[in-house]
Amino acid sequence: MRTRVNGSSATLERPALRDPAWVRWALIGLALGFLVLFVVLPLITVFAQALHRGISAYFDALAEPDALSAIRLTLLVAAIAVPVNLVFGVVAAWAITKFEFSGKSLLITLIDLPFSVSPVISGMVYVLLFGLHGWFGPWLRDHDLQVVFALPGLVLATMFVTFPFVARELIPLMQEQGIEEEEAAVSLGACGWQIFWRVTLPNIRWGLLYGTLLCNARAMGEFGAVSVVSGHIRGLTNTMPLHVEILYNEYNFVGAFAVASLLALLALVTLVAKSALEWKWGESLAGSRH
Amino acid sequence: MSGDNIYAGVSGAVAARRLGWGWFANAQGVARRVWARTTARDQGGMIIRYSVLPGFGLTLGLTLSWLGLIVLLPLAGLVIHAADLGWSGFWDVVTTPRVMAAFRVSVTTALAAALVNLVFGLLVAWVLVRYRFAGQKLVDALVDLPFALPTAVAGIALSALYSAHGWIGSVLTPLGINVAFTPLGIVVALTFIGLPFVVRTVEPVLQELPPEEEEAAISLGASRLQTFLRVILPALTPALLTGFALAFARGLGEYGSVIFIAGNMPEVSEIVPLLIIIKLEQFDYHGATAIGALMLLLSFVLLFVINLLQAWMRARHAH
Repeated sequence: MRTRVNGSSATLERPALRDPAWVRWALIGLALGFLVLFVVLPLITVFAQALHRGISAYFDALAEPDALSAIRLTLLVAAIAVPVNLVFGVVAAWAITKFEFSGKSLLITLIDLPFSVSPVISGMVYVLLFGLHGWFGPWLRDHDLQVVFALPGLVLATMFVTFPFVARELIPLMQEQGIEEEEAAVSLGACGWQIFWRVTLPNIRWGLLYGTLLCNARAMGEFGAVSVVSGHIRGLTNTMPLHVEILYNEYNFVGAFAVASLLALLALVTLVAKSALEWKWGESLAGSRH
Repeated sequence: MSGDNIYAGVSGAVAARRLGWGWFANAQGVARRVWARTTARDQGGMIIRYSVLPGFGLTLGLTLSWLGLIVLLPLAGLVIHAADLGWSGFWDVVTTPRVMAAFRVSVTTALAAALVNLVFGLLVAWVLVRYRFAGQKLVDALVDLPFALPTAVAGIALSALYSAHGWIGSVLTPLGINVAFTPLGIVVALTFIGLPFVVRTVEPVLQELPPEEEEAAISLGASRLQTFLRVILPALTPALLTGFALAFARGLGEYGSVIFIAGNMPEVSEIVPLLIIIKLEQFDYHGATAIGALMLLLSFVLLFVINLLQAWMRARHAH
């Protein structure tokens, strides 16, 4: 049992399984070389290009009105899409892990579906529904409502692509925790809300935070799906990733990389928080690390 | 509750036999056996069928309606739109040279990138699990960067790196290797995007591998290389294939990181997602729908294959 739990360190300590030093260092070197080439260099490039013309050019590019409105729009879209998906994730995980019903694995597959669909298709389905030539297009036009090429379309497309994040972190975690504690709460006379707030939520909070972090990173960084429904109206329907595209295509590299550097910072903060959660609460996240 | 039922079943059967209703007694016996089997299964499993917890109707109802509204209805809309085209309408779009070329580019580049990730993903997972070195935790965290970095940012960064004046491009271009604005650039972008999949599926399996098997192989006279090829690699095969399929599926649908570096020449370096966007921008909804439906079908097939692979992986490593 002990060797199973610490499988890797057990392997490390076994003399017969130690590779010769030159093999070890050659493989480590090769792996690090690959990662530097494909991960570290692109990351450094973003900041190097953004600061290419000096720090003042960098901040000027960020203070530009279109850039500011793109930042505001991105924050707004995430502020709507992430909480909605958070609530959905908790609700779905409660139904799936606390009760037994047929068709459960199909339901889990369906919740995961947005992960397997191309982001471009995720955006396109809403154009087909709400676009001018879509099913509800004429009705929306008659009522002077706009979904596609406006905020609702951006929020819908973002919700679609980030749909599974919270649920998929919570389901394995809550499955592992079982329902004994909640049952004890019921037998002591707690109502549904009390059980959730006092028993379930404290048990799943780190997993919930973890899922929300990943959900938020994707929501703010989504490009393909949002690109289809945005209409690319400068200063109005351009989120940060879309603004990066426009600036880049206009050969405004400092501007493009300056906005991109904010998104890269967001990614780095997400990674640091995620790693910190994993190292500190690895046990209570164990269910999500399959 | 189950005790009552069994008792009722027994007494019913006894009564029926006394009355000479053989068929009734037999039916009762069958029913009782079926009942016994279902209850036994329930006792064997961890989950209790009748939960005392509240909120089943509410949460399942919310889940189903939200899932239906946000995901299933829109996807069904695409399928119905495609069905409206009819078989010939669909076929006419999909068999145009430009569309076929785009599928060829997308599939071949995604396969190539998944292959690169298969090899290097295994290498990175091996190094992270089997060796200890300074900065290991940092390296481990970096593997997830492609998940966290927005694709458009990755796209412009790779494009800047591999263009003729970029840090890497300026080294490769004099050697006659052009990466940016060629299909090779697409492979580079998709390699970046798919990098974490193989590493993260292989890592836990490698960690759980019983060291005794490797020691047994060595004590029987196998070399380290033989042990790796004959003992370790076969055990990792399901995980490697799963990671490969995940990276391939992701690469097939990827858009943001590719379009900046690809050059987007029709029939040479134009990927399917880009072609869908071009058709939508030209208000060619029929064309976009047909291509989108085919992509969706491909994703579903891949999802099915990945589910099978994961089931295989679980069966293989169930302790």
